[in-house]
Amino acid sequence: MSLNDRLRTVFIETMQLDADFDVENLKYRDIEEWDSVGHMALVAAIEDEFDVQFDTDQVIDMSSFKVAADMLNDMGAK
Amino acid sequence: MTALFELSQAQREATLLPQLTELTEHHRAHCEPYERILGALGIERGRQFGAIADLPWLPVRMFKNHDLKSVPDDEVFKVLTSSGTTGSGASRIYLDKEAAGAQTRQLGATLQTVLGGKRLPMLMVDTVSIIKNRRSFSARGAGVLGMATFGRNHVYALDENDQPDVEAVKGFLAKHGNEPFLIFGFTFMVWLYLYEVAKEHNLDLSNGILIHSGGWKKLIDRAVDNTEFRRRFAEDTGLTRIHNYYGMIEQIGTVFLEGPSGNSLYCPDFADVVIRNPETWEEQPIGEPGVIEVISTLPRSYPGHVLLTEDLGVLHGIDDGDWPGKRFSVLGRLPRAEARGCSDTFSGGQAA
Repeated sequence: MSLNDRLRTVFIETMQLDADFDVENLKYRDIEEWDSVGHMALVAAIEDEFDVQFDTDQVIDMSSFKVAADMLNDMGAK
Repeated sequence: MTALFELSQAQREATLLPQLTELTEHHRAHCEPYERILGALGIERGRQFGAIADLPWLPVRMFKNHDLKSVPDDEVFKVLTSSGTTGSGASRIYLDKEAAGAQTRQLGATLQTVLGGKRLPMLMVDTVSIIKNRRSFSARGAGVLGMATFGRNHVYALDENDQPDVEAVKGFLAKHGNEPFLIFGFTFMVWLYLYEVAKEHNLDLSNGILIHSGGWKKLIDRAVDNTEFRRRFAEDTGLTRIHNYYGMIEQIGTVFLEGPSGNSLYCPDFADVVIRNPETWEEQPIGEPGVIEVISTLPRSYPGHVLLTEDLGVLHGIDDGDWPGKRFSVLGRLPRAEARGCSDTFSGGQAA
């Protein structure tokens, strides 16, 4: 699976979204599930899935699916 | 390391005064009630000020009685409310998207001075139930959540019934106790549910960094003040990296942080403090208690950049402590101010 597909799965499972949800265009606080509580759960789930650790600034800056995907790419996540 | 405690008092004046003057004009132009208040005080538009202490302040109480915002209604992204407990209600603080982002970022930058940029394993001295009901956070819940960003692998020291969860704390320490870890909680809860428990069970907190806030009122009958708090944590648990902070919802994102050697709060580089004589409103000299005025360049979506609090404080020195700028302590609430505070929503105490 590509990085984007795996990230998509993490988003859908963590926030219990429908399988066909338009995750790729999702931004922080667009939906109720992605509030500050959801954000912490999401960050933890992404870290587990990709075996990375985000810094504080990255957690604050992770404002959309696209930003998260870019961060993972920049960090060399596989 | 982030450098957010760097400016001497003279540099701070020179840097912040133009920004604060601009902010004053910005709020006058965009917040009609604020413009009326300043007009009534006889302060004309475009007024230049000689010093930060000359800027007009608003009493924090104004945010309870008035809708003060400098953004159009359709750009309001989030309304914060304080934990107002009695009659006059809660403050309402309006944030647009930009302001909401800025406050998180500046709080992060401030705390990174003592935490570093890495998120540390985090022990929350609060109950896990505080984050369970997502629809109705108390102010305390919001505070706990706001801090969660700075940690990872969060463990809560109290169970769902507000009882100390010693096994959870022991488990956390077994896993993370040998590396730096972050502890967060409200001051009296940290004392009752971490200090007492750690002492009883001989827990080693020596790798911890404690960030706490909320005031000493509930610890007065235990004869615990800041000095005693630090001394006994160090002696009985090995915890020496302790940082109290002072901040309020009406200036969200700005916190005044206790320096490494303790007992003084410092202003981050985008903030300042003035201690005023409650009779004459002149600035108090070092060592003379007075009313705390807090100043920050952060509030842009509401006119909260210069606020007169309802707290008493005292200035200890200028450019002579751990970090440059003014250093001060909070002495407590003004006698006539109504009781209010984030941690006052917890009535607990049974475990002590």
